Formats: sequence, C-alpha cells, structure tokens
Amino acid sequence: MENTSTLERTLRLIALTLVVVFFMFPIFWIFLMSFQTNETILAIPPSIVFTPTLSNYAALITGKLTTAAGSLDIAFMRNLGNSIFLSVTSVALALVLGVPAAYAFARHKFKGSEDIAFTLLSFRFAPPLLVLLPLTQYFQWLGLSDTYFGLIWVYQLICLPLILWIVRGYFEDISADVEYAYRIAGHTWFATFRKIALPLAGPGIAAAGLLAFIFAWNNFVFALVLASADKQPVTVGALAFVTSSGIQYGQIASAIVLSVAPTLALALYAQRYLVEGLSLGAVKG
Amino acid sequence: MTTLQLKNITKRYKTNTVLDGLSLDVADGETLVLFGPSGAGKTVLLRLVAGVIDPDEGQILIGGEDVADIDAEHRGIGMAFQNFALFPHMSAFDNIASPLTATRSTKDAIAAGVQKVAKLLKIDHVLTHHPKALSNGQKQRTALARALVGSPPLLLLDDPLRNVDAKLRFEMRLELPRLLATQGATVVYVTQDYKEAMALGDRIAVMSQGRIRQIGTPADIYNTPADIEIARLFGDPTINLLDVTPRGGADGVYVELSNVKVSLPGMPASVVGQICVLGLRPESITFTEAGAAGAIPVTVEAETPLNEKTVTLVLTVRNREILVSRPAGTPGPTSGPAHIAVNGKAAFLFDKASGALIRSTATSLSHNGEAA
Repeated sequence: MENTSTLERTLRLIALTLVVVFFMFPIFWIFLMSFQTNETILAIPPSIVFTPTLSNYAALITGKLTTAAGSLDIAFMRNLGNSIFLSVTSVALALVLGVPAAYAFARHKFKGSEDIAFTLLSFRFAPPLLVLLPLTQYFQWLGLSDTYFGLIWVYQLICLPLILWIVRGYFEDISADVEYAYRIAGHTWFATFRKIALPLAGPGIAAAGLLAFIFAWNNFVFALVLASADKQPVTVGALAFVTSSGIQYGQIASAIVLSVAPTLALALYAQRYLVEGLSLGAVKG
Repeated sequence: MTTLQLKNITKRYKTNTVLDGLSLDVADGETLVLFGPSGAGKTVLLRLVAGVIDPDEGQILIGGEDVADIDAEHRGIGMAFQNFALFPHMSAFDNIASPLTATRSTKDAIAAGVQKVAKLLKIDHVLTHHPKALSNGQKQRTALARALVGSPPLLLLDDPLRNVDAKLRFEMRLELPRLLATQGATVVYVTQDYKEAMALGDRIAVMSQGRIRQIGTPADIYNTPADIEIARLFGDPTINLLDVTPRGGADGVYVELSNVKVSLPGMPASVVGQICVLGLRPESITFTEAGAAGAIPVTVEAETPLNEKTVTLVLTVRNREILVSRPAGTPGPTSGPAHIAVNGKAAFLFDKASGALIRSTATSLSHNGEAA
C-alpha cells in the first residue's frame, strides 16, 4: 500500500514535471532571451550562461531601436497602452451589454430568444478573416476605420458572445426560487437582479470577463487590418521588430515578456475566481 | 388577514396542462392545506398566487381584489419555499430582514422586527451566520422567519417541512399551528404528508392532475374520502382494499370475506350485485377468538411497530393481504393462525369501475382526528 502510493506519487510528479517543462520552457526561454543580445541568442550552441543586458527593455521603453542599418523609431509603449485601453474598454462594454442580456436570455423565454442567443454565439464560429473584408469596407464608409471606437466595436464580436454564453449559464444555475423569494419579499425585478442575481453569478461574471479580456488582448487580425500604427495593440506592434536588417529577437522577446505580463498578472490574481467560477455549482445555497 | 379566491385557473406549459380550471376559496384567517402527490400542481398554484408566474386563464382575487395587474412585490404575501430559497450570500439576519428592507423601514425597526421573529423561531443565536453555516432545521426556520417577519395577511407555505429530518418535522408540526395562530394570517399550506395536512389544516384540498378532487375538513376527508385514491393517500398504514360483490339479505347488505358474512349496516340495497371495492381502515379490524361471531380465519405473516401502533400483516384463506393495526403494547398474535373481526360500521364501499365512494358507513365515527 505504502509502496504503490509512493510509486504512484513519483510517477505523477514526473508526468507533471514533463508537462510543465513542455509548456513552460518556451516562456522561460523567451524570458532569458529578453535579457540577451541578438548575437548571444543566435549563437550555436545556445547557452544559458550569458551576461544579461537590459538594452532590449531600454530600446522598447525609449522607443529607439538601433539596428545595423541605423536607428528606427518603434511605438511599443504606445502599442502596450493601446492594448490595455482597447481590452479594458471592450470588456467593460461587453459586460455592460452582455450581463443584462445574459440575464434576459436565462430568465425569460421569449419568442425567438434561443435564435437570437445562437446567432450571437455564431459570431464566434466564423473565422475572423471571413468577415474582415466586408468589415473593412463598412468601416471606410462609416468613417470607423482607424478609430478606437471602431476597434472596440469589432472587439464585441469576440467579447460579447463569450460573456453572454458563459454568464447566461451562471444565471440559469441560480435557483429561480431564490429570486422569487426576493421578489415576493417586496423588491422589484431590477433590485432582484442587482442584489441577488449579480452577486450570485459574480464568480462566473469575473471568469467570463477575464477570458474575454485574454481573447481581446490576444487579438491580432482585426487590429492589423482595421487600425493604423498609432492605434495598434502589441500583438500587431510586435511586427515592427521584423526589420529590413534582420529580426530583432531580443526586442521581440522583451516585448513578449512585457505584453504577457498584464494578462498573466491578472490571471494569477483572478485564479481563485476562475477556478470557483469555471467549476460551476458555486452558487448552490 | 385576507381572503383568497381562485376562479377557473388554468395554467399550461406547452401542451402540458398543470392546472385545469381550478377554483378555490380560502376564508379569512383560515389555514387551507393543499395536499396531493408531486406533479399535482400545488407549487404552481402557489406561484400563481404569489404572482411570480401568470395564469393562462382565470382570476385570482386577494381580499376580493383581482391581482392580475399587481406584481409579485406589491401583493404583500409571505412565502416559504420547499428548498428554503435562502439568499446564500446574505447572513440569516439579512435574509429575514429582506421583506422589511423593501418597505424602507428604519434600521432599528428592521432589527427589532427580525429579533422578534427570530426569537419566536429560536434562531436568534445564529442570525450572523450565512445559510451555508446553518443546519437544515435552522435554514428551514430562517426561511419561515423571512415569510413571517412582515406579518403578511396571506402566507404561502410550500411544503416547508419536506427537507428537514423526521424529528424536526414532528416538532414543527406541533409548533406550526400555534405559530400560525399568533400570526392570524390566512394560510395556504402545501404538503405531501397526510399527517401534516390533518394536523395543520382547517380544511384540506386534495389535488391531483391540476384539479381539486375533494375539499373538506380533515375529518371529512378521512371519514368520507371521495374515491379510492384519496382513501389510499390518507391513513398510515394504508387502507385495506378488497374486491367484493355485496349481497343482500333480510338483515341488510353484507359481503363475504373468506365465506364469513360481514354486514354493512346502512348500505343501500342498490349496491347488491355491483362489483365493488371494500375499504377497511387497519384500525377498524381487530383480532378475535376463533369461536366469536364474524371471526375470519387468517394466518399472521409479519408484525411491525409503527409509532404508537403495532401493524400486523395477515393473509386470508384466499391469500388476500390485510393490514391490522392495534395500539402498541396491547396483546395480539405474532405468528401462525389467528382470527380477525371486521367492524362493518367503519367500512367504505367504492365502485370498482369509477373508484368513487358509494357510501361510507364511517360517519358514526367521532370527528376529532382519530387518524393521527
């Protein structure tokens, strides 16, 4: 008994280590690369012993990229700012629109409600490239191309269905009796929504918001086509490091570290809600 | 206090008719028990009255006023749910206080109101706990306190004792009538437990399949059940039902059980020859001596104690099973051959085809809750 459990534990540890190494090594390597110059990065064989340099980070923060072909301006910090602004605003808007809609879909079975909900979900089915060409045209007609407003609007294609469908599940999970009890106690439906439904679906809303944030943050193709340099997020901005005189691996690595940091920090902070939220049943009285 | 009237209420879910033209009057200050199997439509009926769902047809009048256009929050009803429906993110205090906060009372008034009802229900020591930290009994009392705290004129209690253990249910069954009496409210109480129905109801409405099958005082329902189904639902152990064909003689109608005549005094002669079901409450059958008049030979199969009763399962010569109950502690045969005597005055006769009561001879029984 003791032996098998020790063996089992050892095997499990090895398996876990393998998985962690497999998935975490690239991130670790990128982290190391961000402190190296292009020369040490491209050295063969690669070595983990090197003299760390902060020149990559310095270049990103000052916005001056020095290459063999001369100095180049990069707007990485602006890109980072754009990413934060676009993601936060998009998720905030999607929450304001999506949470009440999710509640309506969960609690009121009106004519065509399933169809509308499904249509919204279907926005997630189509590959973004499919809608991109017509979108570009609309945006030019409407004067929305290359505006934050336009990008945030398009980001709703990513955020809104996600929030709607996840949060709807949480609202459906709340016993209708609990809400009835609050209504009968003399509160309006809106008070019931605010004081009962929202707090009880809270972990789910947080989890959905976080997922939507990550999806918005990672979006590449909408921003690439619909925005110009000064409105682009980091995902697109990272392209700037592919220069005429070669690929700046060091700067790319440090750019990646900087752009992963906010989502990683957020995910770590919200881990508790994520686990609680995504493992349902958390609202059973 | 207020009255409640339902007129021809129909409620359908898709093709499923849950309530079918149901009408009901509940008098001022009355406790009406809605009794019936699950799926009878009891809970839907309460929700319609509470206003959280709307009927497809029919009218609901509270205090004589049609409430069709009055939202749930303005009907002034107190309701306790079967699954308690406590707000899991609020303390017991806030749960109980919720009907008071809606009316924007002062903080002190709310605290006083909650304390009063919590003391009444003996939960004043757990008011700071969240529902998760409460025992089932405390949850149930919290839910009840929440329904009572606003002193609503109309109380709807949806099987509040369903999810608590037997001991607590027994205690609450004793406590509730007193509690409801102090409130003076008109009460609609839903239950699936006939003892609860008999103990709490001024009247009982027996529901099944969205209709009211019988409505009357507990004694009425027990002594003159409208049909076999109701007779079967009320009474523990269950009523004995035997297929019989009554015969007529000079001394009135009688049936033969194992070739022994059992006369049914007061039964009309028209039932002679009709295929019927004889209903015999286990307590109207007694063990007797072999030579006694009307003694029916049986074999004792098994004996079980049931609360204050001893229930014996016996087999007749024709292998029909009969339950006999007697007060616990009184002597009786425990195995082997024995004889039983049937009190023909306390027998029911139902029509076999329709299940309807032809006539009960039990009206001579006392009307003071002998079923419990």
